[in-house]
Amino acid sequence: MLTYIIRRLFYAIPILLGVNLLTFTLFFVVNSPDDMAVSQLGAKYVTPEAIQSWKKKNGYDRPLFYNPDAAGSGAVTETIFFAKSLRLFAFDFGRSESGRDITTDISTRMWPSLAVAVPSFVVGIWVNICVALLVVMFHATRLDRWIVFVFVAMMSISYLFYIIGGQYLVAKTWRLVPISGFHAHGQFWKFLILPVLVGVVAGIGSGARWYRTLFLEEANQDYVRTARAKGASEIRILFRHILPNALIPILTGIVVLIPSLFMGGLLIESFFGIPGLGSYMLDAIKSQDFAIVRSMVFIGSILYIIGLILTDISYTWADPRLRLD
Amino acid sequence: MKADQMIPSTKIQRHFTWLLLVAVVMFLAACDERPWNDPQLPSPDGLATYQSMIISTPPKHLDPAISYASDESLFTMQIYEPPLTYHFLKRPYELIPGALVSLPEVSYLDSSGKVVNEDDESVAFTRYTLHLRDDLHYQPHPAFALDASGRPEYLFETAAAGERYHQIPDFPHTGDRPVHANDYVYAIKRLADPVIGSPMLGFMSQYIVGMKAFSEQVASLPRDQWLDLDNYAMEGLEVVDELTLTITIIGRYPQFLFWLAMPFFSPVGPEVDRFYHNPGFVDRNLTLDWWPVGSGPFLMASNDPNSEIILERNPNYRDDFFPSEGEPGDLEAGFLADAGKPIPFVDRAVFRIEKESLSQWTKFLQGYYDRSGEVHSQPAGLFDRAFQIGANGVELAPELKEHNITMSPDVQPAVYYYGFNMRDPVVGGYTEKKRKLRRALQIAFQTEDYLNIFYMGNGIVAENPIPPGIPGHLEGEAGMNPYVYDWVDGVAQRKSIEYARQLLAEAGYPNGRDDITGEPLKIFLDVQSQAINNTLMTWIVRVFSQIGVQVEFRPADFNRTREKMLTGNTQIFSFGWSADYPDPENFLFLLYGPEGPLECACDGANNGNYANEEYDSLFRQMRILPQGPERDSLVARMVELFRHDAVWLFAYYPTEIFLNNSWVHNNKRHGISRATLKYVRVEPDERAKMQNRWNQPITRPLYAAALILVALALPGVIAYRRRQKATARHAQE
Repeated sequence: MLTYIIRRLFYAIPILLGVNLLTFTLFFVVNSPDDMAVSQLGAKYVTPEAIQSWKKKNGYDRPLFYNPDAAGSGAVTETIFFAKSLRLFAFDFGRSESGRDITTDISTRMWPSLAVAVPSFVVGIWVNICVALLVVMFHATRLDRWIVFVFVAMMSISYLFYIIGGQYLVAKTWRLVPISGFHAHGQFWKFLILPVLVGVVAGIGSGARWYRTLFLEEANQDYVRTARAKGASEIRILFRHILPNALIPILTGIVVLIPSLFMGGLLIESFFGIPGLGSYMLDAIKSQDFAIVRSMVFIGSILYIIGLILTDISYTWADPRLRLD
Repeated sequence: MKADQMIPSTKIQRHFTWLLLVAVVMFLAACDERPWNDPQLPSPDGLATYQSMIISTPPKHLDPAISYASDESLFTMQIYEPPLTYHFLKRPYELIPGALVSLPEVSYLDSSGKVVNEDDESVAFTRYTLHLRDDLHYQPHPAFALDASGRPEYLFETAAAGERYHQIPDFPHTGDRPVHANDYVYAIKRLADPVIGSPMLGFMSQYIVGMKAFSEQVASLPRDQWLDLDNYAMEGLEVVDELTLTITIIGRYPQFLFWLAMPFFSPVGPEVDRFYHNPGFVDRNLTLDWWPVGSGPFLMASNDPNSEIILERNPNYRDDFFPSEGEPGDLEAGFLADAGKPIPFVDRAVFRIEKESLSQWTKFLQGYYDRSGEVHSQPAGLFDRAFQIGANGVELAPELKEHNITMSPDVQPAVYYYGFNMRDPVVGGYTEKKRKLRRALQIAFQTEDYLNIFYMGNGIVAENPIPPGIPGHLEGEAGMNPYVYDWVDGVAQRKSIEYARQLLAEAGYPNGRDDITGEPLKIFLDVQSQAINNTLMTWIVRVFSQIGVQVEFRPADFNRTREKMLTGNTQIFSFGWSADYPDPENFLFLLYGPEGPLECACDGANNGNYANEEYDSLFRQMRILPQGPERDSLVARMVELFRHDAVWLFAYYPTEIFLNNSWVHNNKRHGISRATLKYVRVEPDERAKMQNRWNQPITRPLYAAALILVALALPGVIAYRRRQKATARHAQE
């Protein structure tokens, strides 16, 4: 297994380079270094000298990909792409365009992201699996058809509707929890109730429907009929027989997401004022802070690759017949 | 049954019960006297706290040499004290001494440095002598802390030595000292240091004697460690004594006084600069850009750019008092109720960072924010919920009236406009025909309707580039643009569409068609994507269709729109300008020929590339004249030229209505200065009472939700039990 993991980690290098190149190209297609300078310096009294000075100070005074004025390997290394990308592989994210240390910001902001994402993820999976198993129990009944209809309806509704609806009803009209905000100390959990509730409810439609499909495939297997014939209760059949056997497709969907929980959620964090990495990314895009965007995309790619490796490893745990070679 | 044989459902039930118990305990713990939805942390006992918010993104820069955005000056202007400031109540805006004993003494010098009369033609330099107050004192800060031997306590040789300090409150010891004249000189030298990257470097180098040379000198020095700028002289700066300094500028530039009221000219102690250059500090965001150090009424107590910024009263702030006079009407409005009282009134100010308008607005209505905004009044789109049009114009909605919320209208010293590119072959040019074409378009564009429909009347039609509150702005018939309006029965009345059609025909476009080619006249509008929508586009198309003119929109983001303006690749473009200081020069330069991007090949402010020799000549004369009738007449002539040449399609002065909860006082808004927090007074007890009254939770939905869950679960349980007990025969049936 170790060989497999090492091999996968090596595969990750060209992927990360590709992601980096793509991010870099996309960003600079719409933003030139001059645009970034103006954005950072403000719209007034921006002289060409000030723009040049900003670019020099922040390392944007070189060509993007190829430096014809440099000799030898300098033609490639003395470029913005090389200078800004290479250090990412050493996990040196540098400073944002406004001068803040990105590593410090990320290490501070990941905790609020986790505070929302982990309970939403865990409770969401638990609720979805329970609901799906219960629906499977009533498969092919009128109740089952109605519930599937409700799932499809819930899937079709925009995530924004759940957020704004939740804020309007629970926080504004009923005044049960704060509408937004976050404090790292004190009663921080009361700021999490609504975002977690919204995250869970918004995910029930698609999540439970997906798990229902997986469980139904297992529910028609011979071992289920055997268990039922032996007198096992429906609850026992669902939780002890069907659930473990449906784990592989479930793990495919969820283990890959676990590392990405660090990254937070763009919408949830923005609407609920959670100072996590999701809103960090959104602010960076708005303010054209390429240093942050680049770092966050890089971290996101790494976490996704780690998620895929963890998924493969989890298969061996869920199904002892599988071996990673 | 053994525990390991326990079926999973029982385990789940046990876990669920445990979770429920934890939730109940946490819920009970929260049941103190504060409302459940209170998003604020309780204030330390006895401190009067002002609760506010900032919208969208936190400030990027708080270093006075770099910070320029209005969102940032909300903080820098509370922490720093520049030499001059603005009178809180008087209008038109009036400069008054801030850190100074009196307004600067002004003397004029010839090229040899000899003092000459103000009106002498040989004036080559202007010298400002600044006399500081003797009670200015910095806030307590670790940069001033000294050890037993009198050396700075927190100077580290290596990054490891200071790695336990992550925020300024982490430092156990602080010190302070009086403000010296050299601190102001040091701050100006920082503006010239290219490593700091001040936006003022290019602009101020044109004026302050020796600034450019100083900048070039320090740029060539090695910068591997802190550079003490005190070791290098700038020709135009002199420290006369501990409380006196002089600044010498090139030529005459009366507007320089206004710059002395901005944070760029606030004092910075060299030891503060040295402190923030400790090894490793910048990697932990311990910089002057995030932890400003000043002598103003407040100090930075907490700076979490992710969620909130907290200011606290500076215990070393000088004696300062609420003004005893204002403009007419201030007494009746209650703005002088605190006259003569010591300020600041509040001990603490908490600014939460809000990203979304619904949250911000809801918290304001719930009483958790004292005012509806600081820099902007209320989120767009929620205006119609806050106001309704009544017999007396804009009135508060009933919900707000019940809360005794008050309104603070504010005309901003700004102008938003759609300008013509005067070099465009179709709408540009200075022939009579081209003027008539532009005037026809001006008349057709019903600015009054535009403001009423799209801004709920929040704006004033601008017939002059200079907004209200700034000298040179005219009201009444004199303020009317006679090429677009007629003065009828004491009211400006827009000229008729028929007249616009006639002008269009005289311009060579009868019925909107080119009289030579027969092609329809089509105009192109370059606008920022976020500033236009389908409704507005439809309305503009309809407006111009009245005179047979077709419109095509070319929306783009800010960068692309700016690029088009720099290259002259626009026909009609939208732009806005907010005043840096209350002087007509700060608006009339928007039309100054050398400021045209195509003329100067730079990011000039004259985006329409308007070029009129007479205007430019008048501008050059006006900018060096002091306030007075001579200057006023030059300004009036320039405004007349602007109207005659029909340079802008339309323009308006933005207005906003700020809302205040009943427990906040002294809410008069100042369009130029943000240094107004020290005047704000709150009644915390009244706020707590109202918050409790307005935020009693409605718990019935919780019970209803529980009932619904039971109602949903019950048939399932019944069906399940029936199924479990069913025999094979019953199941088949």
